[in-house]
Amino acid sequence: MIRIHVGPESIDIAYEMVRAEAAGAGAVATFAGVVRPDDGVTILELEHYPGMTEAALEAVARTAQTRWSLVGVTIVHRVGAIRAGERIVFVATSASHRAAALEACAYCIDRLKTDAPFWKRETRGSDARWVEPRATDDAAAQRWER
Amino acid sequence: MDILYFAWVRERIGLRGERVNPPTEVVSVADLIAWLASRSAGHAAAFADPARLRAAIDQRFVVLDTPLGRAREVALFPPVTGG
Repeated sequence: MIRIHVGPESIDIAYEMVRAEAAGAGAVATFAGVVRPDDGVTILELEHYPGMTEAALEAVARTAQTRWSLVGVTIVHRVGAIRAGERIVFVATSASHRAAALEACAYCIDRLKTDAPFWKRETRGSDARWVEPRATDDAAAQRWER
Repeated sequence: MDILYFAWVRERIGLRGERVNPPTEVVSVADLIAWLASRSAGHAAAFADPARLRAAIDQRFVVLDTPLGRAREVALFPPVTGG
């Protein structure tokens, strides 16, 4: 079971967990990304490329499902204006055993940072600026190449 | 051919996208960027440093020297920063 959702609404973890657990696997690993209030960031705006975004996330999920024989993958990513302290992304991977679920969860969040067309803009007071990509994100994504 | 712009590329150009008919000598994505740069001061500002640009042809990431081929939709944008 693969569930991909991209939208402006807040991410309901309870709802997503119920769905992920309903797939019937023995292990469900999850990751939640929350907007950091770093350096006075009050709002993070997420722009994306509708259509391509969903396809890119689905490709990440399918690759993970095949590589770790997963029962299910959920990737939910918020777009639009998000306040500091709110969730921006949620990943759940389910498998028969924990090692596969945990590794696959890390893979999905590492890959989605470099493989999906999202752009962040941070607002601090009256100053808004586009976030620059980080080399550490590229390195995190590349460690899964083999 | 439909061109889409995202993030600061969109802001500098002042358009979400536009439909263009590039001449036959525009072969690659890089050629397209150079050709589009002459359309306005905003385009020139957005495309001043191609090393900061990334692209997708028909919703797949490509490197800038990729031939356009029969592309229907080309998107130009900064490196992605999701997650």
